[in-house]
Amino acid sequence: MKRVWPIVVASVGVVLSAALPASAADSRSKARSQARTEVEFGMQVAQRGLWHEAIYRWEKAVEVDPTYAAAFNDLAIAYEHEGQLDKARKAYEKALELDPNNSQIRQNYELFKEINDRTSSGKDK
Amino acid sequence: MIGRVPAKTSSRTVALGATALLLAGFALACGPDYYEIPIETPIQPKLDVSAFQRVLVAGFVAGGTEDVDANQETVRLLRSQLRTKSQLRVIDADILPLMDVAQENAKPADVVDSGPREGSGTGNDHQQTASSAPSAQGIALPAKIKDEKDIEPYERLFANTAYWKRIGEEYQNPLIVTGTVLFMPHSRSGFVQRDQEVMDSFGRRRVVPMRSYLERKGFILRPKFVFIDGRTGAQMYAESYREEILYNAQQQTPALSSYFELMDRLVPNFLSALSSQKIKGTRVLLK
Repeated sequence: MKRVWPIVVASVGVVLSAALPASAADSRSKARSQARTEVEFGMQVAQRGLWHEAIYRWEKAVEVDPTYAAAFNDLAIAYEHEGQLDKARKAYEKALELDPNNSQIRQNYELFKEINDRTSSGKDK
Repeated sequence: MIGRVPAKTSSRTVALGATALLLAGFALACGPDYYEIPIETPIQPKLDVSAFQRVLVAGFVAGGTEDVDANQETVRLLRSQLRTKSQLRVIDADILPLMDVAQENAKPADVVDSGPREGSGTGNDHQQTASSAPSAQGIALPAKIKDEKDIEPYERLFANTAYWKRIGEEYQNPLIVTGTVLFMPHSRSGFVQRDQEVMDSFGRRRVVPMRSYLERKGFILRPKFVFIDGRTGAQMYAESYREEILYNAQQQTPALSSYFELMDRLVPNFLSALSSQKIKGTRVLLK
């Protein structure tokens, strides 16, 4: 009987260690799915010019899934459109931090910087 | 028998329709992961000009090429832009000969008092006023402005609050726009990379980058816009820009065309100091 206990404990450990990451991955996937729904809805309303609603959706998306680069990118665009340039810069930078190789995010950010730098101080190029 | 055939067809149609709908839904869900969207970025004005209803584009200390009267052209262009793109009423007044004003200002007091004055009218009145400011007296100014060094000593005119206050009083305390404009010829030679279309061995067109040595000439535009409070004569804000344009040495482009091409690039920045602007562009939304 004494020999059986270590085997039982080890088996429980193995099962738990396998189950825990699986459940974490599962919750991440659920969060991404929920965030993606918000992002897609935000895209639809932004196309109709409802930028406030889009901001609400994309803010919700980044809250649900703070690792979702596309959501930060879209949020940055909406902030830019609303003239909230500081918030836009932070959101672009976060998007690039999460997905540094995404050329579309980088291109958006470069265009944003071009406007922002041109209109802020230190004009003498 | 006859009755059953349409029933069969209709169920097939329904099935086909449902499949099409499913496919459409699938296509929508799996559609492109990006969407290009037009945006308009509002830019807040850098200056609070709510205290002013009118603006006087007074004139500029200008130099560089003699092919373009940069003072006159800049005043005309800015007045016309402000008329259409700002809330301020533009004052139509004679352009101030600021170089003359600054030169008079720089003469020692006894020379100014004893010697006969050239010219007449508003410009000359301003010269008398300017010469009363002690801070700018006794400094020789170059008669012609050819480059940045020549224009520098003229800049102290913009700190002459007594002079600008006097101008402000004359036009009922508007916002005053003035500054310096240097528009000068420029040439640069070197290797330039350009895309060129070539045919490969299979007869297909390809675009390849080619480097070639080019002699180019053009112009540099260096304006400095100074915004002065007409009520106090004090400088509120100033901003400097530099733009250049180069053409092939063989190309004959009139200096005035180049001037307007370069000013076109700067005018939105100038206007954004006074009024909110919307800058149009496109961005890519991602899923």
